[in-house]
Amino acid sequence: MLSINAAVSDLKRLDLLANSDSPVHSLDARAKVLVTIIFIIAVVSFDRYELARLFPFFIFPVVIIAHAKLPPLYFVKKIAFISPFVLMMGLFNPVFDRAVMYHIGPLGISGGWVSLISMLIRSLLTVGAAFILVGTTGFTAVCQALERCGTPQIFTLQLLFLHRYIFVLADETGRTSRARELRSCGRKGRGIASFGSLAGHLLLRTWQRAEHIHTAMLARGFIGRFHAHRRSRFGATGFCFVLGWSLLFIILRIYDLPGILGALFTGILP
Amino acid sequence: MSHHIVEVKNLQHVYPDGTIAIKDVSFRITHGESVAIIGANGAGKSSLLQHLNGCLEATSGEVMIGDTRLSKGTLPDIRRTVGMVFQNPDDQLFMPTVFEDVAFGPLNLGLSGLEVELRVKKALERVGAGHLCTKPPYLLSGGEKKRVAIATVLAMSPDILVMDEPTSGLDPYARRQLMSLLRDFQHTKIFTSHDLDMVLDLCPRTIILYEGVVMADGPTRDIFLNDALLAACRLEKPFTMQGCPICNKSADTKKL
Repeated sequence: MLSINAAVSDLKRLDLLANSDSPVHSLDARAKVLVTIIFIIAVVSFDRYELARLFPFFIFPVVIIAHAKLPPLYFVKKIAFISPFVLMMGLFNPVFDRAVMYHIGPLGISGGWVSLISMLIRSLLTVGAAFILVGTTGFTAVCQALERCGTPQIFTLQLLFLHRYIFVLADETGRTSRARELRSCGRKGRGIASFGSLAGHLLLRTWQRAEHIHTAMLARGFIGRFHAHRRSRFGATGFCFVLGWSLLFIILRIYDLPGILGALFTGILP
Repeated sequence: MSHHIVEVKNLQHVYPDGTIAIKDVSFRITHGESVAIIGANGAGKSSLLQHLNGCLEATSGEVMIGDTRLSKGTLPDIRRTVGMVFQNPDDQLFMPTVFEDVAFGPLNLGLSGLEVELRVKKALERVGAGHLCTKPPYLLSGGEKKRVAIATVLAMSPDILVMDEPTSGLDPYARRQLMSLLRDFQHTKIFTSHDLDMVLDLCPRTIILYEGVVMADGPTRDIFLNDALLAACRLEKPFTMQGCPICNKSADTKKL
């Protein structure tokens, strides 16, 4: 129950960060969404054994966090939270892919280990970029930007409703879970059986709430179409932001910068 | 013709599971009246309110708003005329920010951007929530949510204001604030509430529902002085009309 409340306040904090004032925050949401999408595409398009060429991409989260005055530790913690899931997904890579790719002294590193580490780095970069996007833009603005970039309204609306009611439902889950805990007297209660009924109740309440919301929408003249009230402008700054970062990502994707730098240094060295 | 008149004739509502929520209800509320619909839990208050703007369809009987009979064809016009504030503001505030939520109704009415902004600003200022414009609803307190929920309805310029339990869940200060806000509205007002002190304060007329039937319809003060009627309908007098439990002094009903 505590963890539910903690997760909700954590989510609220991420949203509140978007209300800060910085040059990155003041950019049009569409510019940030576009740059993040290009960044993610560039990062995930590398070969699964690629390692060195991913590292220059860390420049993007580092620069944005610094410019937007975001708390770096908060983002590191958030990204670290998803690492176990990524590790789970790549757990069997070292088992099935045993061909040795690199040697560090007498130690041979198999392709499985390389692909696992590559997967981890890519997840850190892409999930980090998504968190930074929400932290500098706000979930609502991200959804609206997606819609203005051509995403069907039905998807963006689902996301907006999910975001709006995740707090209400988390509150309800917290209260129900607290009631269960208090009557379990510190034991397991009725175990998994009580959780099944608890989840069922929550589902029914969600259903009921959805009906109430729909009624409230109908009462205010809703006839199946959402009318957006738009205010922001893309502007020259947004254009420069998209152009600058996109060019950098394309260069980093096409040219092997770490390889070139490495060759340069090893060429200088006697 | 006035849109401010609400007339309910022989209304009956049976839920799909067979529960009879409203057996036979008739009343007429005229322009500018402030009327409370009270009753014990399960008396049919909320079901009745939901018929006033077509959220529920009557099994039999009819609802007239002004000269217009409530039907599928007249729903859009009636929903603009009858503004409904729900008991739980979390059901009413579904948009990402307060501004967008208040703008939702006027945008559905097809108003232009500037007109919408003007209406939103005016409605929020009227309920003293102008400063909450950019906030997401989940960051508002209970009292703030309630005021914003009222603003969402006011922005549509309704002629009739229907409110389900307006003061439930509010602290005494927020309750008092909301009551003084409601007192200033010139609309035809219909409330359901268990807060009988608020009813006594705001509504000169009261309708008592009991098991889906109108048991009394008349001046609030007279109804609250009728102990037998209140007991039969599982109700009690408002606290201000009860004696002091400490000094055992009975309330001075003449002052009320």
